[in-house]
Amino acid sequence: MSTLHIVNKSPFERNALASCIGHLGNDDAVLLIEDAVVAARDGSTVAPLIREALTNGPVYVLAADLAARAIKREGVIAGMKLIDYRGFVELAAQHARTQSWL
Amino acid sequence: MRFGILVNEGPYTHQASDTAYRFAVAAIESGHEVFRVFFYHDGVNNGTRLSVPPRDDRNMQMLWSDLAAKQGVDLVICVAAAQRRGILDANEAKRHGKDGDNIAPGFRISGLGQLMEAAIEADRLVTFGD
Repeated sequence: MSTLHIVNKSPFERNALASCIGHLGNDDAVLLIEDAVVAARDGSTVAPLIREALTNGPVYVLAADLAARAIKREGVIAGMKLIDYRGFVELAAQHARTQSWL
Repeated sequence: MRFGILVNEGPYTHQASDTAYRFAVAAIESGHEVFRVFFYHDGVNNGTRLSVPPRDDRNMQMLWSDLAAKQGVDLVICVAAAQRRGILDANEAKRHGKDGDNIAPGFRISGLGQLMEAAIEADRLVTFGD
């Protein structure tokens, strides 16, 4: 039973991202949306956390929310995958359930 | 695939109703079904037809109402959360002795059973909120 973990708050505001990454199962994936996309930017203090998640499985980020915050594709941590809203829908369909870390 | 969507945030808190709406549109465009959108907590504020945002701002209520009209998506507002925040249909207004109602087209007021049903009937329930 795989889970898509959806994180929508900045890791500089709440610790939802760290909690989420601490609970990942083998077949799980993480998706960053809304303010959580700031975690995708390489060089910040939370980048090691994302790299840890990448050793477990895929970490996706909603491209529209990156663009809205002027975070360029080149500045995103290597290995992360950018998706659009249709990609978000397909990820939700591919995993057995979704967990929103509000 | 059949999706249920839970919206726990109003249009002017953060971004949840925008994301939920875009997710619903993308799901329909991809050939999936959106079984129901359930509005809970401050999410009920998406369903008032009396809000008048500036013309250059998006109007979440109109977007949801259009989705209901064009795609037949069932938009359900939690009755207890709605009463607290002054979201009333004609029946609720009459029952509580209020002089008017404000529910937007395409929305209906019902109970948490509708959220449970969405969780059971949909293949996936996706939550958006605060």
